[in-house]
Amino acid sequence: MIQIKDIHKEFDNTPILKGITTEFKRGKTNLVIGQSGSGKTVLLKILLGLFTPNKGEIYFDGIPFSSMTDDEHRTLRREIGMVFQGSALFDSMSVIENVLFPMRMLTKLSEAERIEQAETVIERVNLIDAKNKLPNEISGGMQKRVAIARAVVMRPKYLFCDEPNSGLDPKTAIVIDNLIQELTKEYNITTVINSHDMNSVMEIGETIVFLKNGTKEWEGSNQNIFKTDNEAVTDFVYSSNLFKKVRKLYLED
Amino acid sequence: MRDNLCKQTLFFYFRQVNILKHVGAYFLMIRLVFIKPTKRSIMYGLVMKEIQDLILGSLGIVCFLSFFVGGVVSIQTALNIDSTFIPENLVGFATRQSIILEFAPTFMAIILAGKVGSYITSSIGTMRVTEQIDALEVMGINSVNFLVFPKLLAMTLLPIVIIFSMFLGIFGGWAATIYGGFSSSASFIEGIQLEFNSFHVFYAFVKTFLFAIILATIPSYHGYYMKGGALDVGRASTVSFVWCSVVIIVVNYFITQLFFS
Ligand SMILES: Nc1ncnc2c1ncn2[C@@H]1O[C@H](COP(=O)(O)OP(=O)(O)O)[C@@H](O)[C@H]1O
Ligand SMILES: [Mg+2]
Repeated sequence: MIQIKDIHKEFDNTPILKGITTEFKRGKTNLVIGQSGSGKTVLLKILLGLFTPNKGEIYFDGIPFSSMTDDEHRTLRREIGMVFQGSALFDSMSVIENVLFPMRMLTKLSEAERIEQAETVIERVNLIDAKNKLPNEISGGMQKRVAIARAVVMRPKYLFCDEPNSGLDPKTAIVIDNLIQELTKEYNITTVINSHDMNSVMEIGETIVFLKNGTKEWEGSNQNIFKTDNEAVTDFVYSSNLFKKVRKLYLED
Repeated sequence: MRDNLCKQTLFFYFRQVNILKHVGAYFLMIRLVFIKPTKRSIMYGLVMKEIQDLILGSLGIVCFLSFFVGGVVSIQTALNIDSTFIPENLVGFATRQSIILEFAPTFMAIILAGKVGSYITSSIGTMRVTEQIDALEVMGINSVNFLVFPKLLAMTLLPIVIIFSMFLGIFGGWAATIYGGFSSSASFIEGIQLEFNSFHVFYAFVKTFLFAIILATIPSYHGYYMKGGALDVGRASTVSFVWCSVVIIVVNYFITQLFFS
């Protein structure tokens, strides 16, 4: 479980996050949604330790981040898996080398053990046939699956995904969403997913935080997001014409 | 009028502060190159790859250019000597001096600022814009050491490239002299052996070594700290080339001053 308390962040005196408090639960897919520019990526990068908040505290399973020693930070790093928006695969390495990379860098396992572990995960994301291909030889959806495999190969406690299905067709997007959710359950991970995609919200929105201009506007789950009368949320939910039409038909009935 | 002057002064001031900020950030990066090193076994592979790309990959173009530059230097020298009082072996002598002192180390360093420098900036810059650097950092890897150290180590082999450049430059000079009939092979060879001073070669290698460090680190800095998208990678490469050349020329001036006065 990750708790964040009153997180503030500004760049060049412009406040980007203005005091965010929430909780991400273990074994669940926790969604952070909001329009582009609302501060989702910044929040995720704060969780990753790539940015330091100007104010506020993050608790990883109860332990405040700011009180950890360098050693504890290092250990924490190994417990975090990250799927970047553009996959961020190392483009000079093959699929299996990408997945092996964190183990080669951070573990003392033998090469045979590493390969076995990597192949297990690659099999899990259904890419074993492509394991020797380079990232630019496979499709965007496959790249995302490699990124997921690389993120979970060290069996992380925490998994962060920045818009994991942006740029994918709706069908592939659902495959990716479901894969992340299944892995979250299988390995009992605390998963945080940034998204602006309503399909993901419906599919995997077990808990949802809605950000608007750097503040938490609403919090709930996919069970109650369609019932809320918070204007900012309904505005976001019904921003697509398809949803607007469906809602109109529904209201007319 | 006074307002304008004020503005210009302010503008100049901010430009300077900006440059100082970059210089500071550059040296902070250099420090990061050497702390928290990457595992030996991994680093070995990275260094080998960079030697392949940066050093072996530059040999061809350097040899080719040196041969022709050497040729031009000898032709120009020969054509500018009319007097019969000046011995024929001056062509070989002047070619050797120009090649060893300037053309091989400095001229080739500028060429490599274009080739090696823009390759380094664009490869690191691409990793920045596609978040590959963030991915390294998230894994707890010192990305500056991981990316810059192997390039720096590989570039310390630059003197080998420059040896090739010297030999091919002088060979090109010889070939052009014979082909153009400016002097005999014997007097050219006599010329290149005339008053040979090993201190000059030492000077050439000291500056080559400094240029190598510049060629590895300045483009790395421009790639590592770049912001924006794919288009900005191209712009960063151009800026990096300009800065590399400027710094090489200025360093060349000061080191020459230091060695010869
Ligand atoms: N490194 C940075 N420096 C300055 N401003 C930034 C930086 N990163 C993000 N921002 C700003 O923070 C705001 C939120 O960005 P981001 O978190 O990327 O939005 P989202 O991911 O929700 O689309 C944007 O206005 C962006 O310009
Ligand atoms: Mg984002």
